[in-house]
Amino acid sequence: MGFEVLFKGNNFIRLLGGLGLSLKISLLSVIISIVLGILVGLLMTAKNSYVKLLLRTYLEIVRIMPQMVLLFLVYFGVARAMGVHLSAEVSAVIVFSFWGTAEMADLVRGALTGIPAIQYESSRALGLTMVQTYRYVILPQIVRRMIPLSINLITRMIKTTSLVMMIGIVEVLKVGQQIIEANRKASPNAAFGVFATVLLLYFLACWPISCLARYLEKKWEN
Amino acid sequence: MSEIVSVKNLCKRYDELTVLDNISFSVQKGEVVVIVGPSGCGKSTLLRCLNGLEEIQDGRIFLDGEKIETNRNKTNGLCERMGMVFQSYDLFPHKTILQNLTLAPIIVKKRKRKEVEEEALALLERVGLSSKKDSYPRQLSGGQKQRVAIVRALIMHPEVLLLDEITAALDPEMVREVLDVVLNLAREGRTMLIVTHEMQFARAVADRMLFLEGGKIVEEGEPEEFFEHPKTERLRQFLQTFTYIKE
Repeated sequence: MGFEVLFKGNNFIRLLGGLGLSLKISLLSVIISIVLGILVGLLMTAKNSYVKLLLRTYLEIVRIMPQMVLLFLVYFGVARAMGVHLSAEVSAVIVFSFWGTAEMADLVRGALTGIPAIQYESSRALGLTMVQTYRYVILPQIVRRMIPLSINLITRMIKTTSLVMMIGIVEVLKVGQQIIEANRKASPNAAFGVFATVLLLYFLACWPISCLARYLEKKWEN
Repeated sequence: MSEIVSVKNLCKRYDELTVLDNISFSVQKGEVVVIVGPSGCGKSTLLRCLNGLEEIQDGRIFLDGEKIETNRNKTNGLCERMGMVFQSYDLFPHKTILQNLTLAPIIVKKRKRKEVEEEALALLERVGLSSKKDSYPRQLSGGQKQRVAIVRALIMHPEVLLLDEITAALDPEMVREVLDVVLNLAREGRTMLIVTHEMQFARAVADRMLFLEGGKIVEEGEPEEFFEHPKTERLRQFLQTFTYIKE
């Protein structure tokens, strides 16, 4: 079935290394996305309609545009047009953060606008200051709503990192391909064994995360 | 009896729309004043103005002789001396019942947790909900939630309690349990300003009735007189909408 190539030399370790790189890119992008996403999400609830329109457009563009085109644009396009050479990994993090920020911002916006006005008013009626209201009443509710959703975003990002091999990053899928190429003669069936293993690795990376999301969602449902 | 709340020439406008038009009245210590009137007459807005939730365009509100700052962004600590309970269940969904009750006393009044918890439990006991202290609001019925909301206002030791249609969103069979709590508070001599559509309850609990229409106080009086011999045609018509006669 082609699984035997995995036990040759350090093939399996290399595969894990590739997975590590995928996770590193997603983790970095997620952290950047959360920080920027909260800021942009707060802006999205602003009253200024120009700001709203601008951010709405940003969100729509990100949703419509395939991430691969964005990757090419940033990695190949920017280097050519502006003479700025970005490494493949930096380009990947930029593109994923650009995407993640938009998604995260929309989650923050949804969570913020979903808090009923009465929550602010009853806090105020109890004598809480604005800062105390956010600290004890509003933010805890937003975090509870957002964490499960943002965890789902993380798993989507991990899966989508398989695209970065297209700009030359040797992540788990690319390592898999290399192993298959190198063993073409000895194990012609390697494609099945290696790709099945890659699939399993993605699953093992994402499954616990999505279990955690489900657990938190259940725990905090209200 | 001494005057505790005094409203003088209160005006509230949203752009062109006048919601409250030159309202003046006062509430004595220990008095229960019930405000009734058709929907949109401004009765809820009136309570919200008293509690600083609405900016007012004109007039002054005094609590125990001190002027209440009604600018939304600055309060002078007077608003929390008036407790308010709203129509919709406004408990904090991420906190247990006990935490809902202790939050404000601990962070606003800087009281000790242990002491506040003891008081909260005693109050819960009184409204028959001590077994729910570790439940979350979503696990309670509407009537139970409103009883907790009343306790949450009481634990701040307000001098005046404002109740804004607290039974309007409840299923009929839960109205009673909430109103019983309010009746008990009235018997203890709490000062309360109540907005309600429950006429029978109003009659039972009120020391004085106010009839608000079109942002004005159209009629006021003692409940007996108010319900049996309304002086204005408008109030008579309004009261008639609550009685059913089989033809």
